[in-house]
Amino acid sequence: MGNWQTQPLTLPSVLAMVLGAVIVLVLALGVVTYTIYVQRKLLGWMQLRIGPNRVGPLGLFQTIADIIKLLIKEDVVPASADRPLFLLAPVLAFVPSFLVLAVVPFSAHHVFTANLSIGVLFYLAVSAITIHGVMLAGWASNNKYALIGGMRSAAQMLSYEIPLGLSLVGVVLMAGSLNLNDIVLAQQHSGWWNVIPQILGFLVFLVASTAELNRTPFDLPEAESELVAGYHVEYSGFRFAFFMLTEYVYLFAMAGLCATLFLGGWSGPWLPGWLWFAIKVVLFIFFQFWLQATLPRMRVDQLMTFSWKVLLPVSLVNLVLTGFIKAFW
Amino acid sequence: MGGKRGNDVSLIDEQNQIRTEEMLLNVGPQHPSTHGVFRLVVKISGETILDAEPVIGYLHRGTEKLAEDLQYTQIIPYTDRLDYLAAMLNNYAFCHTVEQALELEIPERAEYLRIIVMELQRVASHLLFIGTYLLDLGAMSPFLYVFADREQIVQLFNEICGARLTYNYLRVGGVKWDAPPGWLDKVEAFVRYMQERLSMYDELITGNEIFLARTRGIGVFDTDTALAHGMSGINLRSTGFRWDLRRNKPYSIYDRFDFEIPVGQNGDCFDRYYLHLLEMNESLKIVAQALQQVPDGPVLGKVPKLIRVPAGEYYSGIEGARGELGFYIVSDGKDKPYRMKIRKPSFLNLQLLPKLLRGQNMANLIAILGAVDIVLGEVDA
Repeated sequence: MGNWQTQPLTLPSVLAMVLGAVIVLVLALGVVTYTIYVQRKLLGWMQLRIGPNRVGPLGLFQTIADIIKLLIKEDVVPASADRPLFLLAPVLAFVPSFLVLAVVPFSAHHVFTANLSIGVLFYLAVSAITIHGVMLAGWASNNKYALIGGMRSAAQMLSYEIPLGLSLVGVVLMAGSLNLNDIVLAQQHSGWWNVIPQILGFLVFLVASTAELNRTPFDLPEAESELVAGYHVEYSGFRFAFFMLTEYVYLFAMAGLCATLFLGGWSGPWLPGWLWFAIKVVLFIFFQFWLQATLPRMRVDQLMTFSWKVLLPVSLVNLVLTGFIKAFW
Repeated sequence: MGGKRGNDVSLIDEQNQIRTEEMLLNVGPQHPSTHGVFRLVVKISGETILDAEPVIGYLHRGTEKLAEDLQYTQIIPYTDRLDYLAAMLNNYAFCHTVEQALELEIPERAEYLRIIVMELQRVASHLLFIGTYLLDLGAMSPFLYVFADREQIVQLFNEICGARLTYNYLRVGGVKWDAPPGWLDKVEAFVRYMQERLSMYDELITGNEIFLARTRGIGVFDTDTALAHGMSGINLRSTGFRWDLRRNKPYSIYDRFDFEIPVGQNGDCFDRYYLHLLEMNESLKIVAQALQQVPDGPVLGKVPKLIRVPAGEYYSGIEGARGELGFYIVSDGKDKPYRMKIRKPSFLNLQLLPKLLRGQNMANLIAILGAVDIVLGEVDA
């Protein structure tokens, strides 16, 4: 399908776009379904238990059964909730999570995705919309736990957006482009993946992305032991499924971003590009689950301090160092 | 909050600042981290706690009143259900009071079996504390690890008395059943296994930076405050006050064993966590020594079929898993107590909570409440 932006809109090209979007959607849903399965299996092994093993061989259909259950549940909107906002919130949270997949290069050729020249910026800008969904969900539920969860979430995601963005700037400087494909090509050209020259940025990215994804040890918005379930406490059925889906699609997208920016994306010897990409994505996701089984949760004030007083300075130092290297090398 | 609200409410106060409101938040009675049906009404401003009021009684079953209509042996299964994580210790605390009143001789073997099950019970209870405390702080795995280890103790108890949680194993004058053949060897193997596991827990949890940041210097109180509120057990020892009834007022045959009473230094949540870990080690040491000394012989002394406690008032306290667990019995010479009062350590340890919570962050609420280590079956009795 090549470069969409430069071609005039015709019926076949529009159809192709829709087809591409559907394929990416199905791919993402499949990945999410089995990410959840693998998460539960991995956590099971790490926690001396078995994990899902009832539905289908080795429990492979467990997540599908769960999704079906959520979809056919009664659609409950609490009487005291702010109805329009309550209905809007899951959509606002969910749509951006799929939108960002549009720029992640799964393979060397943008078969189903957009070769956007501002890919990095697009990802950051669109993913920020999700915060509104989360905040609205917390507010519209008219539940105190949800409100606290929503506010925590907004504060956390905003705070960590900044070090995350700054850690990406280093990579952009290295490649001299905001285009994700060009960043991969630059890494291929230079001979080493950005994780080596940008190790500082990579570490900041790893921490900040974990916080962006609301995962352990930064899973405060959904702190089960304090806030019961955080912002989606009043949601059930398919609306709840949407929030869960958002979370895991972002996990997939963030893994894709990490692989692209720091681990050379689809580039690698011998194996086909898409397989390299998949391996790197799986590594990132595995790392997240590993953390989940290992660490306790941070406290909300410590979280903010950490972002502003540790991550932000480190990412700035990284930026300055990268600038010097680019200028004098 | 959202929903319908009049538009005439101004969002700005007199000083031209954004108007804020305090919020009343019900934590519990159905809440994953209140360890049962405990309710805490907290007044918060943002995430800062201004005031907290515990509301208890959701699990009240009137054990003290029920006991007035029960014969002494019949009361024992009711004590199982007080602190359901340490039923053996409850059994003992009650039997011990009656035995003191009757001035009974307990057979040696029974004393040793009691020590073994009581200290194993303490380990089981402390293990569960560590699991649930870490779960409160957001770490999921330790909970499942400790349950696997606790399961072995539960299995041992199941073998000796046929129950996994509410044992009803101790009797006035001894224990109900002798240990089955090979049971003591299994306990010995378990002690060795558990000692290794404890050092593993120590390595996995104690040094974790996030864990330290969340527990060091949180929920601090000093010895005077603790004593003034009638606190006992680990809550008192965490302030550096060496007070353990096994050492200070020895009962049973605790004076025959060599063990330490670990104390904390700062009286914070971390000290309370760490003391649980250290005490498990000491308990295992006691079990190991007891296993070396167990004699043969009967396990139940000469006790009349119908126990009649001579008229009078009797109290005895033991070092339970959560503090001084005592039974106070008023008898008018009949086969049933005239009045029974339970000194419930969880209940007394809980009294300081509102003071500790004032001015704290919401997230600290869980850390502080968890470290107090309450069991609602005992608090509400």
